[in-house]
Amino acid sequence: MKVLVPVKRVIDYNVKARVKPDQSGVDLANVKMSMNPFCEIAVEEAVRLREKGVATEVVAVSIGPAQASETLRTALAMGADRAILVQTTEDLEPLAVAKVLKSIIGRESPDLVIMGKQAIDGDNNATGQMLATLLDWPQATFASAIEVSGGKAKVTREVDGGLQTLEIDLPGIVTADLRLNEPRYASLPNIMKAKKKELAIEELASLGVDTAPRLKVVKVTEPPKRAGGIKVENAADLVAKLKTEAGVL
Amino acid sequence: MAVLVIADHDNATLKDNTEKTVTAALKLSSDVDLLVAGKGAKGVADAAAKITGVRKVLLAESDELGEGLAESMEALVVPLMSGYDAVLTPATSQGKNFSPRIAARLDVAQISEIVDVVDANTFIRPIYAGNALETVQSSDAKKVITVRPTVFKAAEHGGSAKVETIAAPAKPAKTHFVDQKLVKSERPELSGAKIVVSGGRAMGSAEEFHRVIEPLADKLGAAVGASRAAVDAGYAPNDYQVGQTGKVVAPELYIAIGISGAIQHLAGMKDSKVIVAINKDADAPIFQVADYGLVADYKTAVPDLMAALAAAGI
Repeated sequence: MKVLVPVKRVIDYNVKARVKPDQSGVDLANVKMSMNPFCEIAVEEAVRLREKGVATEVVAVSIGPAQASETLRTALAMGADRAILVQTTEDLEPLAVAKVLKSIIGRESPDLVIMGKQAIDGDNNATGQMLATLLDWPQATFASAIEVSGGKAKVTREVDGGLQTLEIDLPGIVTADLRLNEPRYASLPNIMKAKKKELAIEELASLGVDTAPRLKVVKVTEPPKRAGGIKVENAADLVAKLKTEAGVL
Repeated sequence: MAVLVIADHDNATLKDNTEKTVTAALKLSSDVDLLVAGKGAKGVADAAAKITGVRKVLLAESDELGEGLAESMEALVVPLMSGYDAVLTPATSQGKNFSPRIAARLDVAQISEIVDVVDANTFIRPIYAGNALETVQSSDAKKVITVRPTVFKAAEHGGSAKVETIAAPAKPAKTHFVDQKLVKSERPELSGAKIVVSGGRAMGSAEEFHRVIEPLADKLGAAVGASRAAVDAGYAPNDYQVGQTGKVVAPELYIAIGISGAIQHLAGMKDSKVIVAINKDADAPIFQVADYGLVADYKTAVPDLMAALAAAGI
């Protein structure tokens, strides 16, 4: 069974995004970039499936600038077998990403696609669902557990107020939620080994996919700042202030 | 233009995310219809018909709609879109699951988790965990939008719209419902609660989290939340998680206990009306957003707070 894992290069999880003074976007110059945390969880799950003997090959795919090859090397160091970079300097919307992935999937024919539920830059939470729709494959989003057997995947999903379990016929799309697993750190020997693994690069234009943006970004602004408050002396003081000053008790 | 709003409910009761999304829809158009998709949800449709500003309520029922299968929701909504210019869905886990499918099938962008409507084509949405607000203009003929309900006021009740039953789509071929386990709780739901008490990694264990956070929440009639660090450490279940990767809340009062205030947590609670932080580290970032900060170890501060509340007759 072949598993395909799309991964995205985004601002590092621990870095605070800063808005550019000209309101054209978020300043990413000289900012630490990393693999999107939910994509890391997806890579980990795919690698675990291969280690269990369920999957035979794990292919990582990224769409982005030349530097996204670093993100793919991370996926290879975590245990993916090979990688594909669809190179572009455009910032693609989820619908365009889904169309590009559909094109790659048409050629790679994976049995299962595992991907992050959301990228922490655009915060759309849409690409996986869109890809499933375009492929007419079943979807199981926000997964906290995946069991694959007999051409089906049984997926436990995080829903508001609890857990839902679905069974999907493969090929299918699963999107990873936070509690699916805890991704490993790539060891130094594995980082070295990853340098020798295959990383194919192709230009986005060569795929012939319509990736024209549908949304025009008018401006990007800072959210209104919360004015800092006061320190209270003790619990009794706090309750008094909440009652009389804030009026919330 | 006509707008369709997809109701949030659990087949038994209508959730106020619906009324909040109706408010967002009314900023786009005065022709707002509501879709109730579920199973045994006639009572929900009748309740929805009373929302002021709703023109009519469409009711579709089947097992799969009751289970909330994304494929079924998409198959139901897409044909209806010939009669609407926009569809608005509350950005709940359920809404986020199916709404992008509608967008993809219509070959349009999804405008995710809007927090404001500028005009019929222009919307504001948070990006980068709420550290930036993006104003986007859509060129698509049909708009597929999810709405962050906490920022919109709930529409009032006082209407009397007609409920019209429509046919449900066929069962999806490749997705099968197995089961659903919802946690039964006497506490209010996190995303709609007036008061939220959240615990962080400082709790140190699941037992301590239950022992400290829950009695305080119950005393205040509050929902219980947790930071991602507490969830990751296994102290609290994932559906307690407040933050970029969990739930976004905006209660009247948010009490953060032993939470340092990572960016991703702040993204989920900084729109709360009043924020209280209790942390023994005076330099914790949580104090920068807190209206009232108490620098103290929760081990003594929470019992003191319980006593002070009791003394104040709460």
